[in-house]
Amino acid sequence: MKEATTSASSVSVRHAHSGVAMPTKVHARDVTVHYGDKQALFNVTMDIPANSVTAFIGPSGCGKSTFLRCINRMNDTIDICRVGGTITVDDQDIYDPKLDVVQLRARVGMVFQKPNPFPKSIYDNIAYGPRIHGLVRSKSELDGIVESSLKRAGLWKEASERLNEPATGMSGGQQQRLCIARAIAVSPEIILMDEPCSALDPISTAHIEELIDELRENFTIIIVTHNLQQAARVSQMTGFFHLGKLIEFADTGELFQSPQNSMTEDYITGRFG
Amino acid sequence: MAPTQHIVRSYDTELEQVDRHILAMGGLVEAQLRGAMEALVEGDREIAQRVIESDTQIDEHEHQVDELVTRVIALRQPMAEDLRRVKTGLKVAANLERMGDLAANIAKRSLVIETPHQVPQREALRRLGNAVYGMTTDVLNAYRDGDAALAQRVWRQDESIDEMYNAIFLAILADMIADPRVISPGTHIHFVAKNIERIGDHATNIAEMVTYMILGSLPDRERPKGSSVQGAEEQP
Repeated sequence: MKEATTSASSVSVRHAHSGVAMPTKVHARDVTVHYGDKQALFNVTMDIPANSVTAFIGPSGCGKSTFLRCINRMNDTIDICRVGGTITVDDQDIYDPKLDVVQLRARVGMVFQKPNPFPKSIYDNIAYGPRIHGLVRSKSELDGIVESSLKRAGLWKEASERLNEPATGMSGGQQQRLCIARAIAVSPEIILMDEPCSALDPISTAHIEELIDELRENFTIIIVTHNLQQAARVSQMTGFFHLGKLIEFADTGELFQSPQNSMTEDYITGRFG
Repeated sequence: MAPTQHIVRSYDTELEQVDRHILAMGGLVEAQLRGAMEALVEGDREIAQRVIESDTQIDEHEHQVDELVTRVIALRQPMAEDLRRVKTGLKVAANLERMGDLAANIAKRSLVIETPHQVPQREALRRLGNAVYGMTTDVLNAYRDGDAALAQRVWRQDESIDEMYNAIFLAILADMIADPRVISPGTHIHFVAKNIERIGDHATNIAEMVTYMILGSLPDRERPKGSSVQGAEEQP
């Protein structure tokens, strides 16, 4: 069994997978984030396993989304934001100045809180990524990617007859699965999800959760959620953040049954504050 | 018992109700065990009747715990300490219910024995009963106070209870071999001793669950077991 290690001794890290442990996909060491003078993230250190779902939980403003956005350098888009420490994906430093950020974001896809399809057809939404990244040479190849992405996102049955209709005509849950299909279309290695179900009803949420569980076979998934039950249902590892610090990072089953840190305990049992 | 309160206070109220039923059950089981032993060694038939009758109250509390815990799981989706607490509550209630049944069975057997002087190994039985009564009281206090150290002390006592039971079993056997008139009361008394030992086992189960509830893990070694008597190994 692979042991998760951390240089930040204050963080409890436990792996308790009974099966084969996954290799580390994302390796974060002493990651800090400042927005101007304000420090938003303090020395976050964690190893995120490949082909697993890792959930980040914590109260609003705890830094979980900030850390998530470090993994595909989305924070670069904010002028006053400075990121410190190191993050590697498969041992490659993603903050290396020579690294092409556009390529990184193709490897590390993202799904946002609100479904944000382009105001285009269902087909064009999926085809957009492969086109701009030059991943296809022919129409038939593109058709194949659109079909397989929609199938992997569990949307093919509902969408195959209406590929040329506007994506905005779909239901919220369908739009979110379309956004996941769009992320998958460029064959990323990691998919970041920032509250992907917060705008969805329980049935649509269940579809997305089932999809997340299926997708982890081929992708590393990192999800930020305010819904603790969702973190418990979909993830294998959970990290609890508070005031910009990673407080505890552990096997999800253990964290929700017997957290080691009293702050984690108070938060997940609804005693916080 | 919880260090801090939930933001939603009605959640605390529900968990407190579970505790109240369990502690009420525990009090009844303590009284049953004490009464059953008194009925046996002092020959008090009235107490024996009361012990037998109080069983329905214990069953009612168990039913209430079951309903409350099911409700909390369905409506609150408890996690961490709360999850361990309701899971423990459910198991503790089931163990207490069995302890009550076993105490009632001791009381029923006491009615069959005509005079307490017929009870072989009376003093040894009294000592066994007192020891198990002490375990029961301690484990209920550990539950009430969230005292993991006390729960673990109870858990370690199981070994000495097993040894006391084995000694009584051998002594009764010897008494029966020496005097066939002891066979009839001796058989009942052997069941009584076994029942007391089983009550001790249930108290040990509760000690395990209380430790789990408080610390999030079970006691860290295999439960100590006394040497078994040939042909009288513990049933799972």
